[in-house]
Amino acid sequence: MMSQYSVFQLLRETLRGHTGWRPAWRDPAPKQRYDVVIVGGGGHGLATAYYLAKEHGITNVAVVEKGYLGGGNVGRNTTIVRANYMLPGNQRFYSKSLALWEGLEQELNFNLMMSQRGVLNLAHTDGQVDMFARRANAMRLHGDDAEIWSPEKIAAEVPMLDLDSARFPVRGGLMHKRGGTARHDGVAWGYARAADRLGVDIIQNCEVTAIERDPQGRITGVDTTKGRIKTGKVGLAVAGHTSQVAQMAGLRLPIETHLLQAFVTEGLKPILDQVVTFAAGHFYISQSDKGGLVFGSSLDGYNSYTARGNLPMVEHTAEAAMSLMPCIGRLRLLRHWGGVMDMTMDGSPIISTTHVPGLYLNGGWCYGGFKATPGSGWCFAHTIARDQPHPIGADLRLDRFMTGRELDEAGTGAQPNLH
Amino acid sequence: MRIPCPVCGARPSEEFTYRGDARPVRPPMDSSDQGAWVDYLFFRDDERGRIKEQWQHTGGCRAWIVVDRDTATHAVHGSELARDAAEGGQA
Ligand SMILES: Cc1cc2nc3c(=O)[nH]c(=O)nc-3n(C[C@H](O)[C@H](O)[C@H](O)COP(=O)(O)OP(=O)(O)OC[C@H]3O[C@@H](n4cnc5c(N)ncnc54)[C@H](O)[C@@H]3O)c2cc1C
Ligand SMILES: [Zn+2]
Repeated sequence: MMSQYSVFQLLRETLRGHTGWRPAWRDPAPKQRYDVVIVGGGGHGLATAYYLAKEHGITNVAVVEKGYLGGGNVGRNTTIVRANYMLPGNQRFYSKSLALWEGLEQELNFNLMMSQRGVLNLAHTDGQVDMFARRANAMRLHGDDAEIWSPEKIAAEVPMLDLDSARFPVRGGLMHKRGGTARHDGVAWGYARAADRLGVDIIQNCEVTAIERDPQGRITGVDTTKGRIKTGKVGLAVAGHTSQVAQMAGLRLPIETHLLQAFVTEGLKPILDQVVTFAAGHFYISQSDKGGLVFGSSLDGYNSYTARGNLPMVEHTAEAAMSLMPCIGRLRLLRHWGGVMDMTMDGSPIISTTHVPGLYLNGGWCYGGFKATPGSGWCFAHTIARDQPHPIGADLRLDRFMTGRELDEAGTGAQPNLH
Repeated sequence: MRIPCPVCGARPSEEFTYRGDARPVRPPMDSSDQGAWVDYLFFRDDERGRIKEQWQHTGGCRAWIVVDRDTATHAVHGSELARDAAEGGQA
Protein backbone atom coordinates (compact mmCIF):
# COMPACT_ATOMS: atom_id res chain seq x y z
CA MET A 1 0.00 0.00 0.00
CA MET A 2 1.43 3.35 -1.00
CA SER A 3 1.48 6.14 1.52
CA GLN A 4 -0.83 9.15 1.56
CA TYR A 5 0.59 12.30 0.02
CA SER A 6 0.77 15.07 2.60
CA VAL A 7 2.73 18.17 3.49
CA PHE A 8 4.64 16.13 6.10
CA GLN A 9 5.71 13.62 3.48
CA LEU A 10 6.81 16.47 1.25
CA LEU A 11 8.91 17.97 4.06
CA ARG A 12 10.47 14.63 4.87
CA GLU A 13 11.36 14.02 1.24
CA THR A 14 12.78 17.51 0.90
CA LEU A 15 15.17 16.74 3.76
CA ARG A 16 16.08 13.37 2.22
CA GLY A 17 16.78 14.78 -1.23
CA HIS A 18 13.57 13.27 -2.67
CA THR A 19 14.97 9.74 -2.64
CA GLY A 20 11.93 8.12 -1.01
CA TRP A 21 9.21 8.64 -3.65
CA ARG A 22 7.74 5.42 -5.05
CA PRO A 23 5.87 4.94 -8.36
CA ALA A 24 2.29 6.17 -7.99
CA TRP A 25 0.83 3.01 -9.54
CA ARG A 26 1.98 -0.53 -10.32
CA ASP A 27 2.94 -1.74 -13.80
CA PRO A 28 1.27 -5.19 -13.88
CA ALA A 29 1.23 -7.74 -16.68
CA PRO A 30 -2.34 -8.49 -17.78
CA LYS A 31 -4.13 -11.32 -15.96
CA GLN A 32 -5.97 -14.04 -17.89
CA ARG A 33 -9.38 -12.75 -16.94
CA TYR A 34 -11.08 -9.64 -15.55
CA ASP A 35 -14.67 -8.87 -14.60
CA VAL A 36 -14.45 -5.66 -16.62
CA VAL A 37 -11.93 -4.41 -19.20
CA ILE A 38 -11.89 -0.69 -19.88
CA VAL A 39 -10.34 0.19 -23.25
CA GLY A 40 -8.55 3.56 -23.09
CA GLY A 41 -6.57 5.02 -20.21
CA GLY A 42 -7.56 8.65 -20.63
CA GLY A 43 -9.40 10.59 -17.97
CA HIS A 44 -12.71 8.87 -18.65
CA GLY A 45 -11.40 5.30 -18.66
CA LEU A 46 -9.45 5.82 -15.45
CA ALA A 47 -12.33 7.60 -13.70
CA THR A 48 -14.65 4.77 -14.72
CA ALA A 49 -12.31 2.15 -13.27
CA TYR A 50 -11.98 4.14 -10.05
CA TYR A 51 -15.75 4.46 -9.54
CA LEU A 52 -16.32 0.81 -10.50
CA ALA A 53 -14.01 -0.15 -7.64
CA LYS A 54 -15.05 2.54 -5.19
CA GLU A 55 -18.81 2.82 -5.72
CA HIS A 56 -19.70 -0.63 -7.04
CA GLY A 57 -17.13 -2.88 -5.37
CA ILE A 58 -15.94 -4.26 -8.71
CA THR A 59 -12.15 -4.35 -8.34
CA ASN A 60 -11.11 -7.09 -10.78
CA VAL A 61 -10.80 -4.46 -13.49
CA ALA A 62 -8.16 -3.70 -16.13
CA VAL A 63 -7.63 -0.40 -17.91
CA VAL A 64 -5.88 -1.15 -21.20
CA GLU A 65 -4.09 1.82 -22.77
CA LYS A 66 -2.27 1.68 -26.10
CA GLY A 67 0.16 4.48 -25.23
CA TYR A 68 0.97 6.09 -21.91
CA LEU A 69 -1.36 7.72 -19.37
CA GLY A 70 -1.99 11.33 -20.26
CA GLY A 71 -0.90 10.93 -23.88
CA GLY A 72 -4.40 11.28 -25.32
CA ASN A 73 -6.82 14.17 -25.15
CA VAL A 74 -6.74 14.25 -21.37
CA GLY A 75 -3.25 15.72 -21.70
CA ARG A 76 -3.98 17.88 -24.75
CA ASN A 77 -6.97 19.98 -23.79
CA THR A 78 -7.26 23.60 -22.70
CA THR A 79 -8.35 22.44 -19.21
CA ILE A 80 -11.61 24.37 -18.93
CA VAL A 81 -14.08 23.03 -16.37
CA ARG A 82 -17.65 24.39 -16.30
CA ALA A 83 -21.33 23.55 -15.96
CA ASN A 84 -23.04 26.22 -18.06
CA TYR A 85 -25.26 24.08 -20.26
CA MET A 86 -28.93 24.71 -20.95
CA LEU A 87 -30.67 21.53 -22.13
CA PRO A 88 -31.87 19.54 -19.10
CA GLY A 89 -30.17 16.28 -20.14
CA ASN A 90 -26.79 18.01 -20.38
CA GLN A 91 -27.32 20.35 -17.44
CA ARG A 92 -28.02 17.56 -14.96
CA PHE A 93 -24.96 15.69 -16.06
CA TYR A 94 -22.43 18.56 -16.13
CA SER A 95 -23.76 19.89 -12.85
CA LYS A 96 -23.05 16.55 -11.17
CA SER A 97 -19.63 16.48 -12.80
CA LEU A 98 -18.75 19.93 -11.42
CA ALA A 99 -19.92 18.88 -7.95
CA LEU A 100 -17.61 15.86 -8.15
CA TRP A 101 -14.70 18.09 -9.26
CA GLU A 102 -15.17 20.20 -6.15
CA GLY A 103 -14.27 17.37 -3.77
CA LEU A 104 -11.93 15.47 -6.06
CA GLU A 105 -8.50 16.52 -4.77
CA GLN A 106 -9.36 15.40 -1.25
CA GLU A 107 -11.02 12.23 -2.46
CA LEU A 108 -8.09 11.19 -4.67
CA ASN A 109 -5.42 12.60 -2.33
CA PHE A 110 -3.85 14.23 -5.38
CA ASN A 111 -3.17 17.86 -6.28
CA LEU A 112 -5.20 18.52 -9.44
CA MET A 113 -4.51 22.27 -9.28
CA MET A 114 -8.25 22.76 -9.47
CA SER A 115 -8.79 26.49 -9.80
CA GLN A 116 -12.35 27.83 -9.71
CA ARG A 117 -11.34 31.15 -11.16
CA GLY A 118 -14.62 31.71 -13.00
CA VAL A 119 -15.57 31.35 -16.66
CA LEU A 120 -16.72 34.56 -18.36
CA ASN A 121 -18.58 34.28 -21.70
CA LEU A 122 -18.61 37.63 -23.48
CA ALA A 123 -21.65 38.83 -25.43
CA HIS A 124 -21.19 41.18 -28.37
CA THR A 125 -24.75 41.86 -29.51
CA ASP A 126 -28.02 42.58 -27.76
CA GLY A 127 -29.27 39.20 -28.95
CA GLN A 128 -26.35 37.47 -27.28
CA VAL A 129 -26.99 39.36 -24.03
CA ASP A 130 -30.58 38.10 -24.08
CA MET A 131 -29.45 34.59 -24.88
CA PHE A 132 -26.97 34.60 -22.01
CA ALA A 133 -29.63 35.91 -19.63
CA ARG A 134 -31.81 33.00 -20.64
CA ARG A 135 -28.95 30.55 -20.13
CA ALA A 136 -28.07 32.13 -16.76
CA ASN A 137 -31.66 31.73 -15.62
CA ALA A 138 -31.69 28.09 -16.68
CA MET A 139 -28.45 27.50 -14.79
CA ARG A 140 -29.71 29.19 -11.62
CA LEU A 141 -33.03 27.37 -11.75
CA HIS A 142 -31.04 24.20 -11.80
CA GLY A 143 -29.10 25.28 -8.71
CA ASP A 144 -25.82 26.25 -10.36
CA ASP A 145 -24.28 29.71 -10.19
CA ALA A 146 -24.53 32.37 -12.90
CA GLU A 147 -24.25 36.15 -12.97
CA ILE A 148 -24.78 38.65 -15.74
CA TRP A 149 -21.90 41.14 -15.78
CA SER A 150 -22.26 44.64 -17.24
CA PRO A 151 -19.56 46.09 -19.51
CA GLU A 152 -18.46 48.32 -16.57
CA LYS A 153 -18.06 45.34 -14.28
CA ILE A 154 -16.12 43.49 -16.99
CA ALA A 155 -13.85 46.53 -17.54
CA ALA A 156 -13.05 46.57 -13.82
CA GLU A 157 -12.46 42.82 -13.45
CA VAL A 158 -10.78 42.00 -16.78
CA PRO A 159 -8.97 45.20 -17.79
CA MET A 160 -6.86 43.68 -20.58
CA LEU A 161 -9.81 43.12 -22.93
CA ASP A 162 -10.64 45.43 -25.82
CA LEU A 163 -14.19 46.24 -24.81
CA ASP A 164 -15.09 48.91 -27.39
CA SER A 165 -13.80 47.38 -30.58
CA ALA A 166 -15.90 48.80 -33.41
CA ARG A 167 -16.81 45.40 -34.79
CA PHE A 168 -17.20 43.30 -31.66
CA PRO A 169 -17.99 45.62 -28.75
CA VAL A 170 -18.54 43.82 -25.44
CA ARG A 171 -22.16 44.30 -24.37
CA GLY A 172 -22.07 42.12 -21.28
CA GLY A 173 -21.07 38.72 -20.07
CA LEU A 174 -22.20 35.53 -18.37
CA MET A 175 -20.01 34.81 -15.35
CA HIS A 176 -19.97 31.24 -14.00
CA LYS A 177 -17.84 31.55 -10.86
CA ARG A 178 -17.56 27.87 -9.99
CA GLY A 179 -16.06 27.18 -13.41
CA GLY A 180 -12.32 27.34 -13.97
CA THR A 181 -9.39 25.11 -14.83
CA ALA A 182 -7.62 21.99 -13.55
CA ARG A 183 -4.28 20.40 -14.33
CA HIS A 184 -5.25 18.09 -17.20
CA ASP A 185 -2.77 15.21 -17.04
CA GLY A 186 -2.80 15.44 -13.23
CA VAL A 187 -6.41 14.29 -13.42
CA ALA A 188 -5.34 11.12 -15.25
CA TRP A 189 -2.55 10.49 -12.73
CA GLY A 190 -4.79 11.15 -9.73
CA TYR A 191 -7.49 8.73 -10.90
CA ALA A 192 -4.85 6.18 -11.94
CA ARG A 193 -3.19 6.19 -8.53
CA ALA A 194 -6.51 5.99 -6.67
CA ALA A 195 -7.84 3.19 -8.90
CA ASP A 196 -4.59 1.25 -8.60
CA ARG A 197 -4.81 1.43 -4.81
CA LEU A 198 -8.24 -0.19 -5.00
CA GLY A 199 -6.82 -3.09 -7.02
CA VAL A 200 -7.41 -1.97 -10.62
CA ASP A 201 -4.67 -3.07 -13.06
CA ILE A 202 -3.50 -0.28 -15.34
CA ILE A 203 -1.80 -1.78 -18.39
CA GLN A 204 0.04 0.72 -20.57
CA ASN A 205 1.58 0.22 -24.02
CA CYS A 206 -1.10 -2.35 -24.73
CA GLU A 207 -3.37 -1.77 -27.73
CA VAL A 208 -6.69 -3.54 -28.10
CA THR A 209 -6.69 -5.01 -31.61
CA ALA A 210 -9.92 -7.03 -31.57
CA ILE A 211 -13.08 -7.45 -29.53
CA GLU A 212 -14.13 -11.09 -29.20
CA ARG A 213 -17.72 -12.35 -29.07
CA ASP A 214 -19.41 -15.75 -28.79
CA PRO A 215 -21.83 -17.10 -31.42
CA GLN A 216 -24.72 -15.35 -29.62
CA GLY A 217 -22.86 -12.08 -30.00
CA ARG A 218 -21.96 -11.69 -26.34
CA ILE A 219 -18.60 -10.19 -25.39
CA THR A 220 -16.02 -12.80 -24.37
CA GLY A 221 -12.79 -10.82 -24.33
CA VAL A 222 -10.34 -8.59 -26.12
CA ASP A 223 -7.22 -9.31 -28.10
CA THR A 224 -4.30 -7.00 -27.37
CA THR A 225 -0.68 -6.47 -28.26
CA LYS A 226 0.07 -8.15 -24.91
CA GLY A 227 -2.12 -11.16 -25.59
CA ARG A 228 -5.75 -12.16 -25.09
CA ILE A 229 -7.72 -11.06 -22.06
CA LYS A 230 -10.99 -12.77 -21.17
CA THR A 231 -13.89 -10.74 -19.82
CA GLY A 232 -17.67 -10.57 -20.04
CA LYS A 233 -17.79 -6.77 -20.03
CA VAL A 234 -15.88 -4.30 -22.17
CA GLY A 235 -16.22 -0.55 -21.65
CA LEU A 236 -14.96 1.65 -24.50
CA ALA A 237 -13.49 5.02 -23.45
CA VAL A 238 -11.16 5.76 -26.37
CA ALA A 239 -12.27 9.33 -27.20
CA GLY A 240 -10.83 10.23 -30.65
CA HIS A 241 -10.67 6.56 -31.66
CA THR A 242 -14.27 5.69 -30.83
CA SER A 243 -15.44 5.03 -34.40
CA GLN A 244 -12.57 2.67 -35.08
CA VAL A 245 -12.61 0.69 -31.86
CA ALA A 246 -16.42 0.37 -31.96
CA GLN A 247 -16.06 -1.05 -35.46
CA MET A 248 -14.17 -3.98 -33.93
CA ALA A 249 -17.50 -5.00 -32.41
CA GLY A 250 -19.51 -4.17 -35.52
CA LEU A 251 -20.89 -0.92 -34.14
CA ARG A 252 -21.50 1.99 -36.52
CA LEU A 253 -21.93 5.31 -34.72
CA PRO A 254 -23.31 8.84 -35.17
CA ILE A 255 -19.76 10.16 -34.94
CA GLU A 256 -17.28 11.93 -37.21
CA THR A 257 -13.66 12.32 -36.19
CA HIS A 258 -12.28 15.86 -36.34
CA LEU A 259 -9.22 17.81 -35.39
CA LEU A 260 -8.80 20.59 -32.81
CA GLN A 261 -5.70 22.67 -32.14
CA ALA A 262 -4.50 24.43 -28.99
CA PHE A 263 -1.80 26.98 -28.27
CA VAL A 264 0.29 28.25 -25.38
CA THR A 265 2.45 31.39 -25.27
CA GLU A 266 5.66 32.12 -23.40
CA GLY A 267 5.13 32.83 -19.70
CA LEU A 268 4.29 36.28 -18.41
CA LYS A 269 3.21 37.98 -15.18
CA PRO A 270 -0.46 37.53 -14.23
CA ILE A 271 -2.69 39.46 -16.65
CA LEU A 272 -5.83 37.34 -16.82
CA ASP A 273 -7.58 36.01 -13.70
CA GLN A 274 -10.53 34.23 -15.32
CA VAL A 275 -11.25 31.93 -18.23
CA VAL A 276 -12.66 34.23 -20.94
CA THR A 277 -14.55 33.18 -24.06
CA PHE A 278 -15.12 35.43 -27.04
CA ALA A 279 -18.50 34.71 -28.58
CA ALA A 280 -17.89 36.70 -31.76
CA GLY A 281 -15.34 34.20 -32.99
CA HIS A 282 -15.45 31.12 -30.79
CA PHE A 283 -12.22 31.65 -28.88
CA TYR A 284 -11.29 30.82 -25.29
CA ILE A 285 -8.29 31.86 -23.23
CA SER A 286 -6.89 31.48 -19.73
CA GLN A 287 -3.52 31.90 -18.04
CA SER A 288 -1.79 28.85 -16.67
CA ASP A 289 -0.05 28.82 -13.29
CA LYS A 290 3.27 28.90 -15.14
CA GLY A 291 2.17 32.18 -16.76
CA GLY A 292 1.57 31.03 -20.32
CA LEU A 293 -1.64 32.03 -22.04
CA VAL A 294 -3.49 28.86 -23.07
CA PHE A 295 -6.02 29.28 -25.85
CA GLY A 296 -7.89 27.68 -28.70
CA SER A 297 -10.82 28.16 -31.05
CA SER A 298 -12.80 26.01 -33.48
CA LEU A 299 -12.21 22.68 -35.17
CA ASP A 300 -10.18 22.69 -38.37
CA GLY A 301 -13.49 21.65 -39.88
CA TYR A 302 -12.89 18.49 -41.93
CA ASN A 303 -12.68 14.82 -40.89
CA SER A 304 -9.21 13.96 -39.67
CA TYR A 305 -7.39 11.38 -37.62
CA THR A 306 -4.14 13.36 -37.56
CA ALA A 307 -3.38 15.16 -34.33
CA ARG A 308 -1.84 17.86 -36.52
CA GLY A 309 -3.62 21.00 -37.64
CA ASN A 310 -3.33 23.29 -40.64
CA LEU A 311 -2.36 26.95 -40.81
CA PRO A 312 -5.73 28.59 -41.65
CA MET A 313 -7.00 27.75 -38.17
CA VAL A 314 -3.78 29.06 -36.62
CA GLU A 315 -4.39 32.35 -38.40
CA HIS A 316 -8.07 32.42 -37.41
CA THR A 317 -7.20 31.79 -33.77
CA ALA A 318 -4.52 34.51 -33.77
CA GLU A 319 -7.05 36.94 -35.28
CA ALA A 320 -9.57 36.17 -32.55
CA ALA A 321 -6.87 36.60 -29.90
CA MET A 322 -5.93 39.98 -31.35
CA SER A 323 -9.56 41.16 -31.51
CA LEU A 324 -10.11 40.27 -27.87
CA MET A 325 -6.74 41.15 -26.30
CA PRO A 326 -4.67 43.33 -28.64
CA CYS A 327 -2.05 43.67 -25.87
CA ILE A 328 -0.80 40.10 -26.44
CA GLY A 329 0.22 40.69 -30.06
CA ARG A 330 3.97 40.66 -29.34
CA LEU A 331 3.92 37.36 -27.45
CA ARG A 332 5.56 34.32 -28.97
CA LEU A 333 3.87 30.95 -29.12
CA LEU A 334 5.77 28.44 -27.07
CA ARG A 335 3.93 25.33 -28.17
CA HIS A 336 1.07 24.37 -30.42
CA TRP A 337 -0.52 20.96 -30.85
CA GLY A 338 -3.64 19.11 -31.96
CA GLY A 339 -5.96 16.39 -30.76
CA VAL A 340 -8.45 14.05 -32.42
CA MET A 341 -12.08 14.62 -31.44
CA ASP A 342 -15.00 12.20 -31.56
CA MET A 343 -17.68 14.66 -32.71
CA THR A 344 -21.26 13.45 -32.45
CA MET A 345 -24.04 14.47 -34.77
CA ASP A 346 -25.82 16.49 -32.06
CA GLY A 347 -22.73 17.76 -30.23
CA SER A 348 -23.55 15.89 -27.01
CA PRO A 349 -21.73 12.84 -25.63
CA ILE A 350 -22.78 9.19 -25.44
CA ILE A 351 -22.72 7.05 -22.27
CA SER A 352 -24.66 3.93 -23.05
CA THR A 353 -25.30 0.25 -23.18
CA THR A 354 -25.26 -1.06 -26.77
CA HIS A 355 -27.08 -3.77 -28.71
CA VAL A 356 -24.03 -6.00 -28.15
CA PRO A 357 -24.47 -7.73 -24.76
CA GLY A 358 -21.49 -6.87 -22.55
CA LEU A 359 -20.33 -3.92 -24.65
CA TYR A 360 -20.65 -0.43 -23.16
CA LEU A 361 -19.91 2.81 -24.93
CA ASN A 362 -18.48 6.04 -23.58
CA GLY A 363 -17.59 8.49 -26.35
CA GLY A 364 -18.58 11.39 -28.52
CA TRP A 365 -17.06 13.90 -26.11
CA CYS A 366 -16.44 16.39 -28.88
CA TYR A 367 -14.15 19.09 -27.54
CA GLY A 368 -15.78 19.38 -24.14
CA GLY A 369 -15.01 16.10 -22.44
CA PHE A 370 -12.39 17.21 -19.94
CA LYS A 371 -14.87 18.92 -17.64
CA ALA A 372 -17.02 15.80 -17.88
CA THR A 373 -14.31 13.43 -16.62
CA PRO A 374 -15.62 12.78 -13.08
CA GLY A 375 -19.30 12.73 -14.11
CA SER A 376 -18.56 10.49 -17.07
CA GLY A 377 -16.69 7.96 -14.93
CA TRP A 378 -19.44 8.10 -12.34
CA CYS A 379 -22.26 7.39 -14.82
CA PHE A 380 -20.33 4.95 -16.99
CA ALA A 381 -19.31 2.84 -13.98
CA HIS A 382 -22.98 2.65 -13.00
CA THR A 383 -23.99 1.70 -16.55
CA ILE A 384 -21.40 -1.10 -16.66
CA ALA A 385 -22.09 -2.39 -13.15
CA ARG A 386 -25.90 -2.33 -13.39
CA ASP A 387 -26.46 -2.75 -17.11
CA GLN A 388 -28.61 0.37 -17.24
CA PRO A 389 -28.04 4.11 -17.53
CA HIS A 390 -27.46 6.25 -14.47
CA PRO A 391 -30.46 8.60 -14.03
CA ILE A 392 -28.14 11.61 -14.33
CA GLY A 393 -26.71 10.45 -17.64
CA ALA A 394 -29.84 8.77 -18.97
CA ASP A 395 -30.41 11.31 -21.75
CA LEU A 396 -26.94 10.60 -23.15
CA ARG A 397 -27.97 7.13 -24.37
CA LEU A 398 -27.01 6.08 -27.88
CA ASP A 399 -30.59 5.28 -28.87
CA ARG A 400 -31.55 8.96 -28.65
CA PHE A 401 -30.59 9.25 -32.32
CA MET A 402 -33.14 6.59 -33.23
CA THR A 403 -35.95 8.07 -31.17
CA GLY A 404 -35.66 11.77 -32.02
CA ARG A 405 -34.25 12.79 -28.64
CA GLU A 406 -31.00 14.42 -29.78
CA LEU A 407 -29.41 16.96 -27.45
CA ASP A 408 -28.38 19.70 -29.85
CA GLU A 409 -27.12 22.36 -27.43
CA ALA A 410 -25.87 24.62 -30.24
CA GLY A 411 -28.92 24.09 -32.46
CA THR A 412 -26.88 23.50 -35.60
CA GLY A 413 -28.26 20.15 -36.73
CA ALA A 414 -26.50 16.96 -37.76
CA GLN A 415 -23.31 18.67 -38.95
CA PRO A 416 -20.49 17.82 -36.50
CA ASN A 417 -18.05 20.49 -37.67
CA LEU A 418 -20.53 23.18 -36.58
CA HIS A 419 -20.98 22.07 -32.97
CA MET B 1 -4.20 21.84 -47.45
CA ARG B 2 -5.06 22.67 -51.07
CA ILE B 3 -8.25 21.41 -52.67
CA PRO B 4 -8.28 20.89 -56.44
CA CYS B 5 -11.45 22.47 -57.79
CA PRO B 6 -12.31 20.97 -61.22
CA VAL B 7 -13.34 24.47 -62.34
CA CYS B 8 -10.80 26.78 -60.65
CA GLY B 9 -7.76 24.59 -60.07
CA ALA B 10 -5.94 24.05 -56.77
CA ARG B 11 -7.18 26.54 -54.18
CA PRO B 12 -6.57 26.92 -50.41
CA SER B 13 -8.95 24.84 -48.30
CA GLU B 14 -10.30 27.90 -46.49
CA GLU B 15 -12.11 28.93 -49.69
CA PHE B 16 -14.27 25.83 -49.32
CA THR B 17 -17.11 24.73 -47.04
CA TYR B 18 -17.02 21.18 -45.79
CA ARG B 19 -20.04 18.92 -45.74
CA GLY B 20 -18.61 15.46 -45.06
CA ASP B 21 -18.87 11.87 -46.30
CA ALA B 22 -20.23 11.87 -49.86
CA ARG B 23 -21.78 8.40 -49.69
CA PRO B 24 -24.97 8.77 -47.66
CA VAL B 25 -27.84 9.34 -50.09
CA ARG B 26 -31.02 11.03 -48.91
CA PRO B 27 -34.05 8.73 -48.93
CA PRO B 28 -36.87 9.81 -51.27
CA MET B 29 -38.69 12.79 -49.75
CA ASP B 30 -41.93 10.78 -49.43
CA SER B 31 -40.19 7.87 -47.71
CA SER B 32 -41.48 7.03 -44.24
CA ASP B 33 -38.75 4.50 -43.56
CA GLN B 34 -37.51 5.87 -40.26
CA GLY B 35 -34.45 3.63 -40.17
CA ALA B 36 -33.31 4.92 -43.55
CA TRP B 37 -33.66 8.56 -42.44
CA VAL B 38 -31.84 7.95 -39.15
CA ASP B 39 -29.05 6.24 -41.02
CA TYR B 40 -28.77 9.00 -43.61
CA LEU B 41 -28.81 11.80 -41.06
CA PHE B 42 -26.66 10.44 -38.28
CA PHE B 43 -24.66 7.29 -38.91
CA ARG B 44 -21.25 7.32 -40.62
CA ASP B 45 -18.43 4.88 -41.35
CA ASP B 46 -15.92 7.54 -40.30
CA GLU B 47 -12.92 5.74 -41.80
CA ARG B 48 -9.31 6.44 -41.08
CA GLY B 49 -7.85 6.58 -44.58
CA ARG B 50 -9.03 7.60 -48.04
CA ILE B 51 -12.64 8.78 -48.25
CA LYS B 52 -14.84 10.58 -50.74
CA GLU B 53 -16.30 13.75 -49.31
CA GLN B 54 -18.33 16.75 -50.38
CA TRP B 55 -16.91 20.25 -50.33
CA GLN B 56 -18.41 23.42 -51.81
CA HIS B 57 -16.19 26.08 -53.34
CA THR B 58 -18.08 28.84 -51.54
CA GLY B 59 -15.23 31.33 -51.89
CA GLY B 60 -14.90 30.67 -55.60
CA CYS B 61 -17.12 29.19 -58.30
CA ARG B 62 -19.62 27.82 -55.71
CA ALA B 63 -19.61 24.35 -57.29
CA TRP B 64 -20.19 21.30 -55.11
CA ILE B 65 -17.37 18.87 -55.59
CA VAL B 66 -16.43 15.39 -54.40
CA VAL B 67 -12.86 15.21 -53.09
CA ASP B 68 -10.83 12.04 -52.60
CA ARG B 69 -8.84 12.76 -49.43
CA ASP B 70 -7.00 10.74 -46.78
CA THR B 71 -8.17 11.43 -43.21
CA ALA B 72 -4.97 9.93 -41.81
CA THR B 73 -2.53 12.12 -43.76
CA HIS B 74 -4.55 15.01 -45.31
CA ALA B 75 -3.21 13.97 -48.74
CA VAL B 76 -5.66 14.92 -51.50
CA HIS B 77 -5.85 12.46 -54.39
CA GLY B 78 -8.31 14.11 -56.73
CA SER B 79 -11.73 15.63 -57.18
CA GLU B 80 -14.65 15.90 -59.56
CA LEU B 81 -17.87 17.86 -59.78
CA ALA B 82 -20.51 16.39 -57.48
CA ARG B 83 -22.89 16.21 -60.45
CA ASP B 84 -20.45 14.05 -62.39
CA ALA B 85 -19.91 11.85 -59.35
CA ALA B 86 -23.67 11.37 -58.94
CA GLU B 87 -23.96 10.48 -62.61
CA GLY B 88 -21.53 7.63 -62.09
CA GLY B 89 -18.11 9.22 -62.51
CA GLN B 90 -15.12 7.41 -61.13
CA ALA B 91 -16.00 8.71 -57.61
C1 LIG C 1 -6.97 20.79 -28.18
C2 LIG C 1 -8.07 20.30 -27.28
C3 LIG C 1 -8.68 21.19 -26.38
C4 LIG C 1 -9.70 20.76 -25.52
N1 LIG C 1 -10.21 21.64 -24.59
C5 LIG C 1 -11.12 21.21 -23.68
C6 LIG C 1 -11.56 22.07 -22.63
O1 LIG C 1 -11.09 23.21 -22.49
N2 LIG C 1 -12.51 21.61 -21.77
C7 LIG C 1 -13.02 20.37 -21.88
O2 LIG C 1 -13.90 20.03 -21.09
N3 LIG C 1 -12.60 19.51 -22.85
C8 LIG C 1 -11.66 19.89 -23.74
N4 LIG C 1 -11.20 19.02 -24.72
C9 LIG C 1 -11.81 17.69 -24.84
C10 LIG C 1 -11.26 16.67 -23.87
O3 LIG C 1 -9.85 16.72 -23.84
C11 LIG C 1 -11.71 15.26 -24.29
O4 LIG C 1 -13.09 15.24 -24.58
C12 LIG C 1 -11.46 14.21 -23.21
O5 LIG C 1 -10.15 14.31 -22.71
C13 LIG C 1 -11.72 12.82 -23.78
O6 LIG C 1 -11.72 11.80 -22.81
P1 LIG C 1 -10.39 11.03 -22.32
O7 LIG C 1 -9.64 11.89 -21.37
O8 LIG C 1 -10.80 9.74 -21.78
O9 LIG C 1 -9.60 10.89 -23.70
P2 LIG C 1 -8.12 10.41 -24.04
O10 LIG C 1 -7.14 10.98 -23.07
O11 LIG C 1 -7.89 10.68 -25.47
O12 LIG C 1 -8.21 8.86 -23.75
C14 LIG C 1 -8.52 7.86 -24.70
C15 LIG C 1 -7.40 6.86 -24.68
O13 LIG C 1 -7.75 5.70 -25.42
C16 LIG C 1 -6.57 5.16 -25.95
N5 LIG C 1 -6.87 4.23 -27.03
C17 LIG C 1 -7.37 4.50 -28.26
N6 LIG C 1 -7.50 3.37 -28.99
C18 LIG C 1 -7.09 2.35 -28.20
C19 LIG C 1 -6.99 0.94 -28.37
N7 LIG C 1 -7.34 0.35 -29.52
N8 LIG C 1 -6.51 0.20 -27.33
C20 LIG C 1 -6.15 0.78 -26.16
N9 LIG C 1 -6.22 2.11 -25.94
C21 LIG C 1 -6.70 2.89 -26.95
C22 LIG C 1 -5.78 6.39 -26.40
O14 LIG C 1 -4.40 6.11 -26.52
C23 LIG C 1 -6.11 7.39 -25.29
O15 LIG C 1 -5.10 7.46 -24.30
C24 LIG C 1 -10.17 19.42 -25.60
C25 LIG C 1 -9.57 18.53 -26.49
C26 LIG C 1 -8.51 18.95 -27.32
C27 LIG C 1 -7.84 17.97 -28.24
ZN1 LIG D 1 -14.12 26.44 -57.93
